[in-house]
Amino acid sequence: MGDTIASLLIGEIGIIQDFCLDAIPLNLLEMGCLPGKEVRLLQIAPLKDPLYIKVNGSHLAIRIETAKQINITKLL
Amino acid sequence: MKSKSLLNIALVGNPNTGKTSLFNQLTGLNQKVGNYPGITVDKKQGKCKVSEHLTAEITDLPGTYSINPTTLDETIVLETLLNEKNDSFPDLVIVVAEVENLKRNLFLFSQIKDLQFPTILVINMSDQMVRKGISIDIDTLKKELKSEIVLISARKNIGVDDLKKEIENYENWNTEPVANISDKIDSVFFEAIETAFPEFSIYKSWLLITQQKNCDFLSSDLHRKITEFNKDNEKIKKYQHKETVYRYQIINEILKKTYSVDKNEATDLRSKLDRILTHRIFGYIIFFGILLLIFQSIFAWASYPMDLIDGFFANLSELAKTNLPEGTFTNLIAEGVIPGVGGVVIFLPQIAILFMFIATLEETGYMSRVVFLMDKIMRKFGMSGKSIIPLISGTACAIPAIMASRNISDWKERLITILVIPFTTCSARLPVYAILIALIIPDERVFGIFNLQGLTLMGLYLLGFTAAISSAILLHNVLKIKTRGLFIIEMPNYKLPSIKNIFYEVVEKTKAFIFGAGKIILALSIVLWFLASNGSSKFKNATEFVTSQESTNNLSEKVLSKKIAFYRLEHSYIGNMGKIIEPVIKPMGYDWKIGIALISSFAAREVFIGALATIYNVESEGEDVGTIKERMAAEVNPKTGEKRFDFATGMSLLLFYAFAMQCIGTLAIVKRETKSWKWPILQLTGMGALAYVVSIITYNILS
Repeated sequence: MGDTIASLLIGEIGIIQDFCLDAIPLNLLEMGCLPGKEVRLLQIAPLKDPLYIKVNGSHLAIRIETAKQINITKLL
Repeated sequence: MKSKSLLNIALVGNPNTGKTSLFNQLTGLNQKVGNYPGITVDKKQGKCKVSEHLTAEITDLPGTYSINPTTLDETIVLETLLNEKNDSFPDLVIVVAEVENLKRNLFLFSQIKDLQFPTILVINMSDQMVRKGISIDIDTLKKELKSEIVLISARKNIGVDDLKKEIENYENWNTEPVANISDKIDSVFFEAIETAFPEFSIYKSWLLITQQKNCDFLSSDLHRKITEFNKDNEKIKKYQHKETVYRYQIINEILKKTYSVDKNEATDLRSKLDRILTHRIFGYIIFFGILLLIFQSIFAWASYPMDLIDGFFANLSELAKTNLPEGTFTNLIAEGVIPGVGGVVIFLPQIAILFMFIATLEETGYMSRVVFLMDKIMRKFGMSGKSIIPLISGTACAIPAIMASRNISDWKERLITILVIPFTTCSARLPVYAILIALIIPDERVFGIFNLQGLTLMGLYLLGFTAAISSAILLHNVLKIKTRGLFIIEMPNYKLPSIKNIFYEVVEKTKAFIFGAGKIILALSIVLWFLASNGSSKFKNATEFVTSQESTNNLSEKVLSKKIAFYRLEHSYIGNMGKIIEPVIKPMGYDWKIGIALISSFAAREVFIGALATIYNVESEGEDVGTIKERMAAEVNPKTGEKRFDFATGMSLLLFYAFAMQCIGTLAIVKRETKSWKWPILQLTGMGALAYVVSIITYNILS
């Protein structure tokens, strides 16, 4: 089972591998959330959702079900 | 090509780039808010003198990250840029970018550039480059982007004149596209597109194909032609993805040559503030603290101007009556128009103060943190974190609040938000609450500190929110609308709010209230005046009838004239209407006079007070008795001999006003925003039925 953005811990960084195009809104891609980009988990909202990430220079909050669709490899 | 004397300029950019600051600098107070034909989003336009001979009409388009829209607001950008028949179809486009997020801003820029408009890139907040360790090679960037570039700092008004100078020369700008998407995606497919639509640029054709459902302006012929290309949904999606990746590739290559950041700026105020403001305990405490502060201030500050306005219009009405020649026209002015205008103006202080706070919280970047904090909770109620702003705005006026729901991208979440907003206690309910509470709740303290009347008012506020949340849960379970739960929000940098921007924002929201609700309140005030001052033959012969009755023989002239006035009211059109609905409202504990006030308050709730004042004023015998409150307190129920506004009737009225949908302005806005009569009718009947049942139960338990 591969890692997704949802499996990052606060402060951890991952590299986006791929995602299912149907599950991801186009505008998330357009904001720079693309394969090969670094994504860092900055905060998790109190009820574990949404997630506050930094990707490709953008600071964004996305919901956990979206985050689970984005496969990453963790950077150590 | 001959120079035009009035240029159409479109201002485009990501949210939080300072686009609105630039718009305010360019146009000052020469702004107007209009409507886009056929759709309902406000169109912000302003005139700007570019040079001696050149004036421009600037359209401030909603902030967007891409031309491909996800919300109603963003659809406007697409339509304005694609539909040449649109009034504000631009001669040139200004793309506003922010120096720190240049990469993402250039994504939108590259799309617009590919539409082959004369386009200029404005890089805002350039005054912060040194502090943030950013350097840009502007000359190379100009060459790579095939465009002119201006560095500005909109808030400090730096570089705005340079921008105007560049605009003068717009006819010589390079209009070549910056990314040649066709070769990189599928050259065969794009060649076919080019052959099919020789009249458009290739990128425009591509947008028409991918965004067909958002392009209502196309002719049916064109629609048919486009559908030919739109059969393979999977392929289109894959190509859109490819396009995005490719655009970023180009942008990254360009920025590698021209843009560098010195990463040593480690002091991160942002992450520290984020940690506190989105903390699982402090985050909520701070948010509710701020809410409390806002409502406290509204009550503390708004009452003074409201009293002044109230007094001013009462005097004005009196002045008109005494100074104008007697007659119907004077009555219309003094009793219809002036109180009608007053009834609109009285709300401006509260609305302005609330929107001042909301604009400040949005400007600083704090609102996005609240959205982040509240999203999960709001989702349990079928709404989105973004519903928080509309729901708070609803405590001022539902009309701008409903318009503020446009940035919610999920239709179901947006619809539920719109449907429940009218439950929040808007400022028009307050005068009704205030007077009824004063009548039925004793002015006492409980536990030595809490004022009972204040507690009741707070209870009504909470009741409004509870009703909103409960009906949202109900709708969430009942409405069968497919939801994808899409939600993305940018968390912008914290910044100090700009007073200028807040001011313009407040002006805009207040205008939305005046033109949404205000004109309806005014129009209906005049209709009500007409209904109250005209009637059937009994109405016309009131004087003869009353004086001919024996019992009136030895009454003083003053009492007699009041008796006549009462008889007139009873037999005026509105009196008839009150009598007709009396059987229906009787179970709630009301008589036909309250019925008149209920009918009247369908214009807007607060008209209830004015209507009762009129009724009891014409009715009171002998000397004029004091304030509206005293008159209402003195009113007796003829059947029981008890006070008319006893505890049971008062509570029943309070709850009726808490739940009923009595605002035509809101219904009209809901129709506009949902493009269907179904939803406003649902609100009207659903909320009305709830109010009716609750009031009947309350009255029967308490009486």
